[in-house]
Amino acid sequence: MDDILELTGAQAAAAITRGELDARELFELYRERASRDPLNAFTWVAEAPPASDPAPAPLAGVPIAVKDLYCTEGVPSQAGSRILEGYRPPYTATVVARLAAAGAPLLAKTNQDEFAMGSSTENSAFGPVRNPWDRERVPGGSSGGSAAAVAAGLAPWAIGTDTGGSIRQPAALCGVVGLKPTYGACSRYGMIAFASSLDQAGPLTRDVTDAALLLSHMAGRDPCDSTSIGLREPVTLPSRSDLKGVRLGVPEELTGADSGVQDGVRARFDETLAIAENLGAIVEPCRLPHAPHALSAYYLIAPAEASANLARYDGVRYGLRVDGDDDLLSMYRRTRAAGFGAEVKRRIMLGTYALSSGYYDAYYGAAQKVRTKIAEDFAIAFGTFDFVVTPTSPWTAFELGSKAQDPLAMYLNDFCTVPMPLAGIPAISIPAGLSDGLPVGFQFAGPAFGENALLDAAFALEQALEFDQRPARLHESQLVGAGDAEGTQ
Amino acid sequence: MLARDQVDHVARLARLELTEEEAERMAAELSKVLDHIEKIRELDLAGVPPTSHVVDVVNVLRADEPSPSLSVESALGSAPDVVAGGFGVPSPGASPA
Repeated sequence: MDDILELTGAQAAAAITRGELDARELFELYRERASRDPLNAFTWVAEAPPASDPAPAPLAGVPIAVKDLYCTEGVPSQAGSRILEGYRPPYTATVVARLAAAGAPLLAKTNQDEFAMGSSTENSAFGPVRNPWDRERVPGGSSGGSAAAVAAGLAPWAIGTDTGGSIRQPAALCGVVGLKPTYGACSRYGMIAFASSLDQAGPLTRDVTDAALLLSHMAGRDPCDSTSIGLREPVTLPSRSDLKGVRLGVPEELTGADSGVQDGVRARFDETLAIAENLGAIVEPCRLPHAPHALSAYYLIAPAEASANLARYDGVRYGLRVDGDDDLLSMYRRTRAAGFGAEVKRRIMLGTYALSSGYYDAYYGAAQKVRTKIAEDFAIAFGTFDFVVTPTSPWTAFELGSKAQDPLAMYLNDFCTVPMPLAGIPAISIPAGLSDGLPVGFQFAGPAFGENALLDAAFALEQALEFDQRPARLHESQLVGAGDAEGTQ
Repeated sequence: MLARDQVDHVARLARLELTEEEAERMAAELSKVLDHIEKIRELDLAGVPPTSHVVDVVNVLRADEPSPSLSVESALGSAPDVVAGGFGVPSPGASPA
């Protein structure tokens, strides 16, 4: 049993294809583990394997955990929000449907910050998720359930969404791989929207190969999302074993003394750069002069778009309704007051303010101009460098509740991850060792549509780093109800 | 800095009912966040074009052909109130106090 759990998604798919592993047994193994999850990583777990044996398909029946905000037909899709409690959509998100068609059936829905707003998964209406490396700490967010599930061995692989770091930061804090593809690579159809010009689907996996394999079945143009483009070349599984001649730019703005990066994180980052140099990489400082302003631009643009996207939760077509004083407006206001959590209200207020008459130019308009400058900074950097590299998160996993009362401190978590979605470029976080027993993420960012080169470079470094994820895997005895069989509960 | 009457105004625009305590806390928290965000005003952005979409795409067109869509029954399946094959809502006529 234990060795099956140690198979990556790609390895499990290969074993099934070779006839050495049974897809239904694998599904049942993970289904049973997920249903006994002590981390609160899931909001829904399948009750049984798919009714029929899967037809031969590339992913061979290896099941997948999907962030709650993806619409899945007939299955609760609540985006971590009370306002969507019990909502079962009448259709399935394109990305989830593509993965199912490729042979990855739905195992579970994963817990998340409400409407993907947060960096700790403490903003879920369904309770916080715990980090399998230390259950008193957060898994990061907003895709914290997906990251924790993969790290703990409760799911072979998972998908999340990234708006300002919501795939990469939880991947870093849980010691797994997280990829945010180029904006437009994957369809957003059926992804419950947060900030539409930034939101992007992506994989959270045990290794870079799994991330590439999932991406290859997720990406593609979709007539239902006119901003989807797909990738310009097919995804190839990474194979590179060195970084000879690869130029890595280290931006002072995101890594230096003013960046807020913890000493332990900085130390692991520097060691990782040395390993990259041993593989042949050329590591030099680079400049992203506007990157320190990315957080400000992000916390204007994302809430502004959210305030418009979340206007649809009005108690009319789905979800919660709270009666008002017999009129429409008071029904709207009370439904939204009761249905949204504190952080979502804060962002709606911030976004509405930034778009309101008299403030639009000073806030939203200025943020869109900063966005242009940030994209230009990256374009200039990529004239000299193949990739820009940073720590993924300035901190390792922090204690539950330690930042929940200070919104600004929580937002600073996203310091190293927000510039990339503002520029629309792809970025990947891979685990790069521990600091005081907690995982540290190393982030590569590359030019738009350069996923293959990005995955190849991350793969080469991953092989050299040999990060050991096993301490995070939950043993049978750590699952809920483990003592029941012996009557020792 | 966000004054209390601005919080009330924005909450009205956002169709959010805030308790007294929520409104007070919102004024303090948003002011702190806005103080941080204000730093972008230090930048000289004269003549910089705004970016609303990061990928250089032109208009996406398709043929206007009918295709299957959700049934009325399915679309109404999650509605809190269904009246005569539509979404039921309270009267918009009565004006709130």
